[in-house]
Amino acid sequence: MELIHKKTNIDFIGMRKYTFAFSGSLIILSILSFIFVGLNLGIDFAGGILIQLRFPAPVKIQDIRSMAAPLGYGELVIQEFGSSEEVIVRVVERRIEGDMVQSELVAKLTQALQPLAANGKIEVRRVEYVGPQVGKELTWKGLMAVFYSLFAILAYVGWRFEFRFALGAVIALFHDVVITVGFFSFTHREFTLVVVAAVLTIIGYSINDTIVVFDRIRETMKRLKKQPLPIIINAAVNETLSRTIITSLTVVLVLLSLLLVGGEVIRDFSLALFIGVVIGTYSSIFVASPIVILLEKRGAPSSPPLVEKKHV
Amino acid sequence: MRQLPLWKPLLVLAVTLISLLYCIPSMLGGKMPSWWPGWFPSQIVHRGLDLQGGIALLYRVEIEKAVEQTTENLIDEIRVVLRTEHLGHRSLQRIAMDTVELGLGTPADQDKTRQVLAKQLPNFSLTWMAEKTAFHLTLTPEYKKEVGRLSLDQAIETIRSRVDQFGVTEPTIQKQGEDRIMIQLPGLDDPGRAKGLIGRTARLEFKMVDEKGDLDAALAGRVPPGDILLYGEHVDRKGLKTKQPYLLKRRTVLAGDRLTDARASIDQNQYNEPYVMITFDRQGARKFGQLTGESVGQRMAIVLDNKVYSAPVIREKIDGGRAHISGSFTPEEAHDLAIVLRAGALPAPITILEERSVGPTLGNDSIRQGLAATWLGCALVLLFMGFYYKGFGMLANIAVIVNLFILMAALAMIQATLTMPGIAGAVLLLGISVDANVLIFERIREELRLGKNPMAAIDYGYDRAFITIIDSHITTLVTALVLYQFGTGAVRGFAVTLIIGLVASMFTAVFMTRVSVALILKNRRPKTLSI
Repeated sequence: MELIHKKTNIDFIGMRKYTFAFSGSLIILSILSFIFVGLNLGIDFAGGILIQLRFPAPVKIQDIRSMAAPLGYGELVIQEFGSSEEVIVRVVERRIEGDMVQSELVAKLTQALQPLAANGKIEVRRVEYVGPQVGKELTWKGLMAVFYSLFAILAYVGWRFEFRFALGAVIALFHDVVITVGFFSFTHREFTLVVVAAVLTIIGYSINDTIVVFDRIRETMKRLKKQPLPIIINAAVNETLSRTIITSLTVVLVLLSLLLVGGEVIRDFSLALFIGVVIGTYSSIFVASPIVILLEKRGAPSSPPLVEKKHV
Repeated sequence: MRQLPLWKPLLVLAVTLISLLYCIPSMLGGKMPSWWPGWFPSQIVHRGLDLQGGIALLYRVEIEKAVEQTTENLIDEIRVVLRTEHLGHRSLQRIAMDTVELGLGTPADQDKTRQVLAKQLPNFSLTWMAEKTAFHLTLTPEYKKEVGRLSLDQAIETIRSRVDQFGVTEPTIQKQGEDRIMIQLPGLDDPGRAKGLIGRTARLEFKMVDEKGDLDAALAGRVPPGDILLYGEHVDRKGLKTKQPYLLKRRTVLAGDRLTDARASIDQNQYNEPYVMITFDRQGARKFGQLTGESVGQRMAIVLDNKVYSAPVIREKIDGGRAHISGSFTPEEAHDLAIVLRAGALPAPITILEERSVGPTLGNDSIRQGLAATWLGCALVLLFMGFYYKGFGMLANIAVIVNLFILMAALAMIQATLTMPGIAGAVLLLGISVDANVLIFERIREELRLGKNPMAAIDYGYDRAFITIIDSHITTLVTALVLYQFGTGAVRGFAVTLIIGLVASMFTAVFMTRVSVALILKNRRPKTLSI
């Protein structure tokens, strides 16, 4: 069984006008979304209290809102979690701190909502509290993690290949991260620590994908020494195309099963990974390598021909 | 194909068998059969709180308070030194968290006082103020750091002993940074009670009631010097709570660090009220006896964390070093109070920074769904590989399964905790591991298409793909390491899974499959390959 029977010869580099325009507009959309919609920061970053409740029968969000309002905990974020029996109530109010207040809050809330449970019991499934200080730290740590991993990749790929390849890879990664986070902003999904883990995984996966193509470009350079870079890149991307598709397909298969069967707790995580893998696969073909060409054009014309570094 | 040294298949076999051996305890849930030899592995992979339910708490120890207390204690020390050396002083008070000001009287004593104190109190630096009439004693930065370190360690010890007595199985209590403590209590689902037990400073003090002091004036804000206004809670028989003020002498006549035991009990004579019986050590008992002997007819307040529990009138000298604290407890409260008193006071108050509690049913749902997703994902990938690459696909499948075994074995070996993101990491790893084989197989197909004979195509395919796999694995490894370095909690668990898995993947996807191919094809030299 083979997915691609004949040797393909698609002019990926020739499409770069369109793909750059496509990527560019996605990035602009993402940035606009950051500015105007912002990120729906989860309590990991915003601080506050999250309470997950399960009712014996389906409940309406409006009912919960109106019954919880008299408690005076400020504006509550209430959302369904997976089913209409399960809800998440988030208290954003910064005032609420201290040890006992939280247990008190949970007790008061369940008591106030008891009428909605008719003749059953409200089950407290999960309570999370993150103090404002920790929230800030987690935000900082998350940003640093992304920054350091991009830097580490820049250094490693720059050493293994050439600097412009490293730059191409990092720009492609940046592209993937911005669009994935942009998707979370645009759809107003909650941005949590686990989603940051997903973003970092995307970086890992996307670089994996990009390196495979780069490796092939380096190898093809040796074989087709006399050819211009666009032809070499096209040849390399075409040769690795079936591998790229098969691998992405298997990963997507796994992510789909996580997304559909994995449950509500990791839904956002799986979704971020899913989007990231799709974008990452696209970017290693259509963004990372064409950027290498772009960088060549801008570079000094007298630069030596592209050969593999000797120490590699 | 090059010749195959014997150690290669033996290594593959050994790694596989050892991994299997380490996986078995986890698969059986830690209940080993009686014939399982004692020297065989018995560690299991721990499930994170998100997978089994429980409470995770992050506390900050208020080190400043411990520093303040150290400085406060200095005042007594200085007083003792000055008295034994017959040196006078005009004033002595704490003026900052870490600084005491000593005002001097006679000029003759000035230099001597400084010399004596500098010699006796090496942990403080001395600075002259205002023409040698006063100087400041400031805690040195090194000593401050030492105080911080000791308070953190002592807080951990105290919390550990409280949690142990509370009867939580497998709690984790860890230091985090310079002033933080992370506590995980699996299986527990009453955060309120856990926090009441852990977070209480439990500073027990005995103070005399100031009978002559004017309570009403104190309530109006005029607390006499040397006194302190504290409150107690009074509950009447209807269960109504009222706050009761007490005017007490500031000086603590006896502190809780002289306790050797504390037990909860029920008063059989009156209303079946629970109380806590405390026992002093020898020195404490002597002091308690002396104190009660001197103060018959007066009231002595029992103060815990600045709250008055009771203030009984001393009727007679109490020998034997026993006293009891009553104060309208529930039996549960009395039990918890006995625990915190037995375990001793925290060296400084602690404040909660982060709390996460997961109910057991959510944990169970999570693990069920997570595992279901993992199995489904695995099955789909294995089926696909089998169809797509036939015989070679089956080899890759075995490699992937062994990879998961190695991962699980390693997690059990290093006693890591498996969390939900960890499961997701394992699933992602599956993809990366399969990718390594896809790279190799696609390369072999390419070489076959170019007309190479099967054996050469395999050799060439493995060699070329190897470089790519190393490059791509190492770059992913770099990200995983950064993630481990900067991540916390569940994210860290994810990184650990990924790091172990990537290393295992290099072994199984490249080394193991190649050895298997060599073993299978060694004596056949086939003309065509089924790939």
